[in-house]
Amino acid sequence: MMKKVYSRPKSLKPAHFHYCPGCGHAIVNRLLAEVIDEMELRDNIICVAPAGCGMLVYNYFDIDCLESAHGRGAAVATGLKRVRPENLVISYQGDGDLAAIGTAESFHAANRGELITIIFVNNGVYGMTGGQMAPTTILDQVTTTTPAGRISGQAGHPVKMCEVLAVLDGTSYLERVAVHKPAAIVATKKAIIKAFKHQMNKTGFSMVEILSPCPTNWKMDTLQSCKWIDDVMSKQFPIGVVKEVKC
Amino acid sequence: MKGYIEIDQERCKGCSFCIEYCPKKAIVLTDKLNLKGYFVAAYEDGQECTGCAVCALMCPEVAIEVYRGGTT
Amino acid sequence: MKKLMSGNAAAGEAAVLAGCTCYFGYPITPQNELTEYMAKRVPEVGGVFIQSESEIAAINMVLGASVAGARAMTSSSGPGISLKQEGISYLAADELPAVILNMVRGGPGMGNISPAQSDYLQATRGGGHGDYRTIVLAPSSVQEIADLMPLAFELAEKYRNPVVVLGDGMLGQMMEPVEFDHIKKPEESAKDYILTGAKGRPSRMVRSLLFDVKELEEHNWKLARKYQRIEQNEVRYETYLLDDAEMAVVAYGTAARIAKGAISRLRQEGLKVGIIRPITLWPFPAKIIQETAKTIHDFFVFEMSTGQLIEDVKLSLEGKGHVHFYGRPGGVIPTPVDLFRIISRHYYQAQRGKK
Repeated sequence: MMKKVYSRPKSLKPAHFHYCPGCGHAIVNRLLAEVIDEMELRDNIICVAPAGCGMLVYNYFDIDCLESAHGRGAAVATGLKRVRPENLVISYQGDGDLAAIGTAESFHAANRGELITIIFVNNGVYGMTGGQMAPTTILDQVTTTTPAGRISGQAGHPVKMCEVLAVLDGTSYLERVAVHKPAAIVATKKAIIKAFKHQMNKTGFSMVEILSPCPTNWKMDTLQSCKWIDDVMSKQFPIGVVKEVKC
Repeated sequence: MKGYIEIDQERCKGCSFCIEYCPKKAIVLTDKLNLKGYFVAAYEDGQECTGCAVCALMCPEVAIEVYRGGTT
Repeated sequence: MKKLMSGNAAAGEAAVLAGCTCYFGYPITPQNELTEYMAKRVPEVGGVFIQSESEIAAINMVLGASVAGARAMTSSSGPGISLKQEGISYLAADELPAVILNMVRGGPGMGNISPAQSDYLQATRGGGHGDYRTIVLAPSSVQEIADLMPLAFELAEKYRNPVVVLGDGMLGQMMEPVEFDHIKKPEESAKDYILTGAKGRPSRMVRSLLFDVKELEEHNWKLARKYQRIEQNEVRYETYLLDDAEMAVVAYGTAARIAKGAISRLRQEGLKVGIIRPITLWPFPAKIIQETAKTIHDFFVFEMSTGQLIEDVKLSLEGKGHVHFYGRPGGVIPTPVDLFRIISRHYYQAQRGKK
């Protein structure tokens, strides 16, 4: 007698994802829904959605969701969580949202030790707007605004946000993971669960940075993009726990 | 242990992660087009599926459901 | 019992009495006394005070708190208010209540810290991107600031819209006796749109992105219909010595107080001048101006800017009557005597014109 060992998470609405084939956001959305199911968070969690490819998460998760202006997720989540400390509040953000326009809000929410969790999808480009450079774009990486490759003298260096936030005493758990192969995806799910536990135990600010493929804007096929994370991106953005305070 | 999977081919975008990572190479990319215009992945019953669910683990579209168990 | 307080502090006290439990703000002169007052007062009532990292962060914290169901406010001036415009646009689009207090200072750019009325158009035309309006309340004294704060929260929740309270640096920093005994906390409205965790109900989303053009069009018309209802129901103004007047001053806030001082001198000299003082700048009291234009031909707009209120006065008159103007930008505050002399000159010129 066959038993179903994997089915669509209940926290996902029936809508088809709009993401490109092989998009890391889609895997992250699925993992979040699985965690919401397993930890029975549907009644309690509130998600702040960004501007960017991740902006339509409210069409996918069957939970209370709020759209935030570009970059402001950490400030909006702060207001929400301070009024509703009993709710689990997460801010889902991309690299532009978190590390460019939202740098101040992310930094200061972390510095205040806000009891929120940021799910930071790092795909090294601005996907929704057509593939421009992001703060996390790697040197020599070609994007639509670095047609000759990112040159540090003109466009700066890629920013490692977990490391940047780690110096702040308000942060309690910062881990970088990836979704380009099975073992990495398993680790990503574990990291998400751990981050939620840090919030629930009021240890401090938590963030999971997830290296994600963007085949469309990297101009690669889906499998090449996963390989690129293995060969190149994870050398620039080391995978692993960056900071962990006892929970 | 045997298993099988069901792929919702209308959700599938042919990204091929499931195909690449299936340890039994039991999934193939077909020349069938779905409504969105993607070539879809397919699993034929009778393949060596163990119900490991790595395909579902990799699938970005949440298009795969996995069954496992039973006696053979 | 009357207390001697600054306008900034009175705004804070009245807000707390009105049920405000969240204040987020960033220091900027001339409203720092409010931020500092709230730092002490809000925690006393178990609320949330955060000195945010910027005015942008503050307005977004207000948005988050409002979505969570709290009465939330922020305050700022000049450059800080400009920073908030994106957030205010989102509040209006999401139909969320919020109160934003602007103690206007000299501008544009860095300007100075002196009182001005140069943010009128910004406040009354939405201020940010998109088709929306914020209700704008214009107090004219420290007591009126206290009286209008509960109204601001009440209207914000009644219409699910941001409300701007437009003061200026003089109102904010001057100290006058003020009473709070009559301040009533507006009743809590049933908020079926806030996010609380989807327990026992379908999940909700609060968002303003509507890709489908027909959907966004309908949303814009829905907002427009709301603004029409506000225009029909929420106009507030004061008239003074208008019945026998030959000239009507139109002024608000501090300018109206200066004008009243000028008017008492004018009346002593036998010049028949009255005043229409808008209390809501949006919705603008166009009807009273149109009514007044049936018997009064000369309107005198006085504002501390190069000319912003005057646009709404002219729009209201639809070509009737004659609009005189006196404006002082940059933080200059004319005295009642200065204004008396200028209005007299215009008054006599107008009288000669009639003969």
